[in-house]
Amino acid sequence: MNRYLARRLLLFLPTLFGTLTLVFFLIHLVPGDPVEVMLGETASGTDKETLRHELGLDLPLWTQYTRFLSGLALGDLGRSLYEQDSVSRLVRARFPATLELTLTAMLLALLIAFPLGIIAALKRHSWTDRLSLLFSLLGLSMPNFWLGPLLIIVFSIELGWLPVSGRGTLAHLILPSATLGMAMAAILIRMIRSALLDVLHEDYIQTARAKGLSEQKVWLKHALRNSLLSVVTIIGLQFGTLLAGSIITETIFTWPGLGRLTIQAIQTRDYPLVQGCILVIATSYLLVNLMTDIVYRLVDPRITYGK
Amino acid sequence: MANRFALFFGLAILLLLVATALLASTIAPHSPAEQNLEQDLLSTSKEHPLGTDKLGRDVLSRILYGARVSVLVGLSTVIISLLLGFVIGSVSGYFGGFLDQLLMRLVDVLMAFPGMLLAIAFTAVLGPGLHHVILALCLIGWTGYARLVRGEILALREKEFVHAAQALGGGPARVITLHMLPNLLPPLLIQSTFGMAGAIIAEGSLSFLGLGVQPPTPSWGSMLSEGRQFLLVAPHLTTYPGLAVMMTVLGLNLVGDGLRDLLEKKGK
Repeated sequence: MNRYLARRLLLFLPTLFGTLTLVFFLIHLVPGDPVEVMLGETASGTDKETLRHELGLDLPLWTQYTRFLSGLALGDLGRSLYEQDSVSRLVRARFPATLELTLTAMLLALLIAFPLGIIAALKRHSWTDRLSLLFSLLGLSMPNFWLGPLLIIVFSIELGWLPVSGRGTLAHLILPSATLGMAMAAILIRMIRSALLDVLHEDYIQTARAKGLSEQKVWLKHALRNSLLSVVTIIGLQFGTLLAGSIITETIFTWPGLGRLTIQAIQTRDYPLVQGCILVIATSYLLVNLMTDIVYRLVDPRITYGK
Repeated sequence: MANRFALFFGLAILLLLVATALLASTIAPHSPAEQNLEQDLLSTSKEHPLGTDKLGRDVLSRILYGARVSVLVGLSTVIISLLLGFVIGSVSGYFGGFLDQLLMRLVDVLMAFPGMLLAIAFTAVLGPGLHHVILALCLIGWTGYARLVRGEILALREKEFVHAAQALGGGPARVITLHMLPNLLPPLLIQSTFGMAGAIIAEGSLSFLGLGVQPPTPSWGSMLSEGRQFLLVAPHLTTYPGLAVMMTVLGLNLVGDGLRDLLEKKGK
């Protein structure tokens, strides 16, 4: 296991390094001058030069890159151009809200997907199976930038049950997490159903039945447990999609998270902040993928990933 | 039987979409940019079957013209990404070695990002606009095709018919395009269908965030974004463009699922 961990970490580091490099060069290839954006076109040349020097933008790109990497190693993501604060502090302040939204969306998706996926597999070709698949198909086809406003129209405006926007109570969390979690629930329903149906043809299921176990035990103890493996991977991979999807969901519900901060930063062309937000989201995604791989390895001892 | 019905239903939706995009200027009751501030935010009427927006523009006409943006973005993203992914994946899989390692690490890095995040980052850098959206979506879209093609070519490389073609003097380009490509078509067709659905949703998302197609060009995503400000007084501004996106993506998903069932069954 230790060897596997070391190997997996060794594979993780170049990808992380590549990600950081890509984000840096992407942001620094931005057409236009951030200094001009900050001071306005009418600012004097001296003022622009002073600010450019203060921000280190007069240095060669390579020097800026090495500074960026050494700053990152110390947890320094630079300073926001407008907020008069460090990017790390701004991102840290917003990250819990995004995490809260993402985790609740994931929980909601699991709560919807497991019963529907299991029932669909148990009663294959029945109307409940077809209904679950239809729900899944609609969930996959419904973009969250439409689902969110629709939920607001129904539950906030027409019925008046839930708040339109903001954060604070459980009621504030319901619509954004339903919007964000719907696509994941839709994918998981299909995954759970097909994973269960695949497992049912395995020999050990026949053996479990042959030794007289109840059908409930066969399903819960043998089929479901083994089919969970593929589902774990999808859950991990979907976390990144949720993080990226949170940018839209947070915009719809004015949720004070990292996604909304990213869009605000893009709108104001606050490049260090855009860079910081994208870096944090991408790194979280990479870390979750790494953890998924490790959990997968722990859950299934058959996986060795080479010698 | 049910699967075949779903496939045909999906194809019918797609045909309708393409016909709408091609004939928008003929079938639209009004010009999509025609403003009438005295008739703003109207709900359904005989003159405006789906109502009007805040500038008094006809929502139905804008939706019909919006189909052009979706078809254009979906098709061009898929075609360019597919070509790029095919060339890179073929080179990587056929020749292997250092070039393969280098290209696949690049794919790994690009795939290490959630696609939507990278699309947002690219459009933030490139600036908003239809061409930039297509470029951003192609920059992230090719990786999936490259990985798929590389995997398939690695498997096909060892087949007897490929060895035979090589022994007869076939060069890499000839062997790949004439002998390997026909075997790659079914999985590429399936992936392209889902890729087009993804591109249409991504364009809608970017336009919704103000990073995509800019006014006055009608796009379903930007219509939804404008409609969001009037949820209380004019929910139709949100409902109809969203329905158009959903039906299009539903059609593509049905076709993708149907093709997968059909082609995989054939393969077995």
